[in-house]
Amino acid sequence: MGLDIRLPIGVLFSVFGLILAIFGALSDPSLYVRQSLGINVNLIWGLVLLGFGFTMLLLVWVRARSSRAAARKTSDFSK
Amino acid sequence: MVLTSIDWIIMALYFAFVLGIGAVLKRHVKTSNDFFLAGRSIPAWVCGLAFISANLGAQEVIGMAASGAKYGIATSHFYWIGAIPAMVFVGVFMMPFYYGSKARSVPEYLRLRFDEKTRGLNAITFAAMTVFSSGISMYAMAKLIQTLHILDLPFHRLGIDPGWIFHVGILVSALVVLGYILLGGLTSAIYNEVVQFFLIVAGFLPLVWLGLRNVGGWAGLKASLAPEYMHSWIGMGNPHNNRLGVEWFGLAMGLGFVLSFGYWCTDFLVVQRAMAADSMASARRTPLIAAVPKMLFPFLVILPGLIAIALPTAPVHASGAGSALVIPAGRGIIPVKLNPSSGRPVLDRNGNPQLDYDLAIPNMLLHYFPTGMLGLGLTALLASFMSGMAGNVTAFNTVWTYDIYQSYIKPNAGDEHYLMMGRMATVFGIALSVAAAYMATRFNNIMDMLQLVFAFVNAPLFATFLLGMFWKRATGHGAFSGLLAGTSAAALHHALTIPAGAIPGVKGGWLAIVHTYPSEMAQNFWTAIFSWCTCFVVTILVSLLTTAPDESKLKGLVYALTPKPEEVDRHWYQRPAYMAAIVLAVTLVLNFIFR
Repeated sequence: MGLDIRLPIGVLFSVFGLILAIFGALSDPSLYVRQSLGINVNLIWGLVLLGFGFTMLLLVWVRARSSRAAARKTSDFSK
Repeated sequence: MVLTSIDWIIMALYFAFVLGIGAVLKRHVKTSNDFFLAGRSIPAWVCGLAFISANLGAQEVIGMAASGAKYGIATSHFYWIGAIPAMVFVGVFMMPFYYGSKARSVPEYLRLRFDEKTRGLNAITFAAMTVFSSGISMYAMAKLIQTLHILDLPFHRLGIDPGWIFHVGILVSALVVLGYILLGGLTSAIYNEVVQFFLIVAGFLPLVWLGLRNVGGWAGLKASLAPEYMHSWIGMGNPHNNRLGVEWFGLAMGLGFVLSFGYWCTDFLVVQRAMAADSMASARRTPLIAAVPKMLFPFLVILPGLIAIALPTAPVHASGAGSALVIPAGRGIIPVKLNPSSGRPVLDRNGNPQLDYDLAIPNMLLHYFPTGMLGLGLTALLASFMSGMAGNVTAFNTVWTYDIYQSYIKPNAGDEHYLMMGRMATVFGIALSVAAAYMATRFNNIMDMLQLVFAFVNAPLFATFLLGMFWKRATGHGAFSGLLAGTSAAALHHALTIPAGAIPGVKGGWLAIVHTYPSEMAQNFWTAIFSWCTCFVVTILVSLLTTAPDESKLKGLVYALTPKPEEVDRHWYQRPAYMAAIVLAVTLVLNFIFR
């Protein structure tokens, strides 16, 4: 498998989260009174998605680092 | 519906992303094995999420919320009885034969185990069914875009006739699905299904959160609905005491055994996801991993339906200028169903207006989501439509290429030729789906008939697979005649029975009426039970009358002649048997809590 699926998921959800959170932070509060029980759902859920996206990216990064370390180790052995 | 630019940005990003994944994966597709089976290289958790996501088409999302609004918590039977046990069974008992036999498709397994004619029958009906389902998906999506007026404003601005909205909806969805499957094959479909899984959760979870908060939590929901809405088992002793109109035996055998095992254990659309796994252990874990989110999905897709019906009923809107038509109020935020041509409410047989339950989810999105989240919710909905289509298209191109083209049309070509054929099959599979979508707009009756015929074909399937995998004496002639007999039995049962209050015809009773069922659902379940039993008995009888199959050829295909798969997993919780036990135990607890 050429592509770690967590990378695209991490990117997509971070971008979605960022867009929603920024929009939520800047938009007029009356928007939420009318529709979502006064909860700024764009800001809150945007941050949740951002967190999820970041976690995915972190996992990709950790895996890439450990596989690089493993590759270094095997090349040490082969010397 | 008023969408602002932020909603459009989110939707556009998603579409760009879907195609981008296909483009990145393109360079990994070199052989037909890469294209049709994702090179058998996908890790278990990815296959598991794709396994469940391929089934989580929009009809499922919209339909389950609609059933939630119509039947209440009892809809969860479609998950806890109608899916989990079968998913556990296919992972623990059947996957060793599917994956271990190296068959590239479910019909191919039938050829290895039985004979050519059994495979041919299964392959051809399955291919027709996938084209039909993806066409229906496409039709439903274009219809929803039209109903929700998503594209009205941009069309108006660009000065295009709104009559084109339906056609544009079909064309764009067809092109996007075509694009990413052509590029990346099954891997691309699977990756997009996983993205779609997370999108559905991200789009619907806040809906449940806001909705529950609004109605005053679980207690508030309970207080505002009649008690029969809130129970899944109480009242199942008698079909007249529950909203489904079925009794427990028909439910457990018809839905829980015949229909559910027939779908999850034999339908190549889902099994293909597990066949793409990187090892036998992963293939077996795939349905078990999928079962975990599956058993929690009722909270995500059924609950919004319940909330939609529990909300205070919206006041009646004044109808359009110049019309004296009074449209009665719906219930909660679910409106009355209108006849699309006359604009009048559709009445049931007692003269009461029917509700348009399919609008439960779309109306919930509009009710609770401000612009921004609305874009995300709609993207999730569109994603589920597309993944439903893509699942069917990838199953179609594989069965067409391996089981029909390679078997009957051009057997000895090189791998490159079949890869090319797979890409072409993707194009004409989608073209046929578009044709099916347009057929649905003009000939509703034909679509209902086709759906019925497919139900008859599917009902006996699991009997054939069960005998094939666990009884080494079952023969090809037995399997083939069993399938035909089972399908005929289903048709005959349907011809002789009718749900209460229906007119003889497509609903049943077209030969004579021998029995009247309390509901259509009860009739469906019993049609399946009769069909399954007929297939089971006929397969055994004919098998015993024909020459026994050569045992040396059945290695890896039948339970008694296959070495048990070794439990090589590092951790105990990765072993299929332990995972299965945990999944079943939690499902039992859920049934008990929501009894």
